[in-house]
Amino acid sequence: MSRIKALLIAAIVLLLGRGRPRRERSEARIVPPGTPDPRAETLVLVLFAAVAVCGIAFIVVYAIDGIGHQTQLLGLALGLAFALLAVAFIVIARRLVVTEELAEPYPAEHPNEVETIEEILDESESRFTRRRLVKLAGTGALGTLGLAALTPALSLGPALDTDALTKTPWRRGRRLVDDSGKPIAATSIEAEAFYTAYPEGADRELIGSPIVVVRIGPGDEGVVAYSKICTHAGCAIALYRKPTFPDTQPGPALVCPCHYSSFDPADNGKVIFGPAGRALPRLPLEVDVDGNLRAAGNFSGPVGPSWSGVRQREARS
Amino acid sequence: MKRLLFILVLLFLAPARAAEPPQGVVANVAQGKSLYAANCSRCHGSRGEGLRDQGPSLKDVGALSGDFYVRTGYMPLDDPHAQPWRTRVLFSEQEIRSLVAFVATIGHGPAIPTPHWRSASVPAGKKLFTDRCAGCHQIAIAGGVLPGARIPSLNQATPRQIAEAVRIGPYLMPKFSRRAITPTQLNDIVAYVQYAKQPDDRGGWAIGHLGPWPEGMVTWLLAASALVATCIVIGRRQKRT
Repeated sequence: MSRIKALLIAAIVLLLGRGRPRRERSEARIVPPGTPDPRAETLVLVLFAAVAVCGIAFIVVYAIDGIGHQTQLLGLALGLAFALLAVAFIVIARRLVVTEELAEPYPAEHPNEVETIEEILDESESRFTRRRLVKLAGTGALGTLGLAALTPALSLGPALDTDALTKTPWRRGRRLVDDSGKPIAATSIEAEAFYTAYPEGADRELIGSPIVVVRIGPGDEGVVAYSKICTHAGCAIALYRKPTFPDTQPGPALVCPCHYSSFDPADNGKVIFGPAGRALPRLPLEVDVDGNLRAAGNFSGPVGPSWSGVRQREARS
Repeated sequence: MKRLLFILVLLFLAPARAAEPPQGVVANVAQGKSLYAANCSRCHGSRGEGLRDQGPSLKDVGALSGDFYVRTGYMPLDDPHAQPWRTRVLFSEQEIRSLVAFVATIGHGPAIPTPHWRSASVPAGKKLFTDRCAGCHQIAIAGGVLPGARIPSLNQATPRQIAEAVRIGPYLMPKFSRRAITPTQLNDIVAYVQYAKQPDDRGGWAIGHLGPWPEGMVTWLLAASALVATCIVIGRRQKRT
């Protein structure tokens, strides 16, 4: 515990006490000394704090899904942060940095140029009284803003827990229903057509819910079902191509309209074209006593777009 | 002024007339049979039984398929492995009717449908079209591509051809039975396609009905030109002083 305390103190000292010691200078200033302006300085500090608050607000709004008008609030937070930052910079430039216009011929040789510029910079800060605090506030404001800008990257995928992605509402015995909620008879699935189905009594918005049903052969065994979500980028498999005359035309395929990933419905959803990296998850089917289609288990693999390690997972109910 | 009005009326009537074939032409099955033997039998067989690797059987396809394939110019097809595509129709109205009448005698196929789309619902049709058709044909009915096939635009398709294609599923298109798409729904779909041929383009030019990005491109081009022009003006003034 005391170690943590010591580390914390060390960190604070490092953060606040860093920087070159002020050089001792008595004579020959380049920049005339300015009168300190504590009010403007406080204003800058307040503005920097407000920027940080906006940055944190962005992160909070992003993290909490239930908030209404989320997009607008995100835009407001980020926009305010930038606007306040701009105001802070304007205040610094107009009220705190010593300004002076000097005209002089450009020197032919400039051996001490670097040192002179450093001196100018150093002396220009003469109106700041709480230099480190302002620096800290500025770093804090920009840091929070940077964090806010990085937050959306979290949505690229679950960094730690991918369990939610493998869950689907399908389980053995769950009935397939059509768009209007009616059960689907196996005999009503016709050849050369395709159908979209959902799990009865489950949320249709879930990524594991929608499926495509096609007939690849006669009888109950000829009906197959696959996840409607492409394994590449997660678009809906909205295209089904089937030959009118198989002798001369390309074979049947479930096709995603986004990047033309094509899956073979007769071969467990194997990828036959396009950028998808793994087969379309197949849903095993069974027919109940009323002749309606029911799931006979869960998908053959995780549904939806792929992520690192997806092949090591299985779909769960 | 009168002449102008007359031309306008003609222009207005022309597409409506072209959309549905004229009445009063009598089909002749015997003539159809000889046309079939000359133009179709090489691939579909002398009795429409179909030939391996050449063409499918025409048994039970009915007048519906015959009418669609001949009037779109999909058939006769030069190369049996090629995708049928809309081309010039090779037959006269009377020849088409005779040929279709003959094809209808091979088995018992469906008759030519008559979509009643004028009183159908465009919004309902748009929803159905989005679900069933737009995946391939695009919501702007512009067509596109699919691995292994081109997808035709529907701009030239007549209401009757749309109704026929839905039931047939030509080439790689899925087939929709009367249970999958009811006749009422089909009317709605046809009504939407008819609307989408001449959509209500709010805000000026349609620029291919591609959505907001062509407008964005134009804006960028205009804005970029304006910026460059401003830069040049500023540069000239600087030089002068």
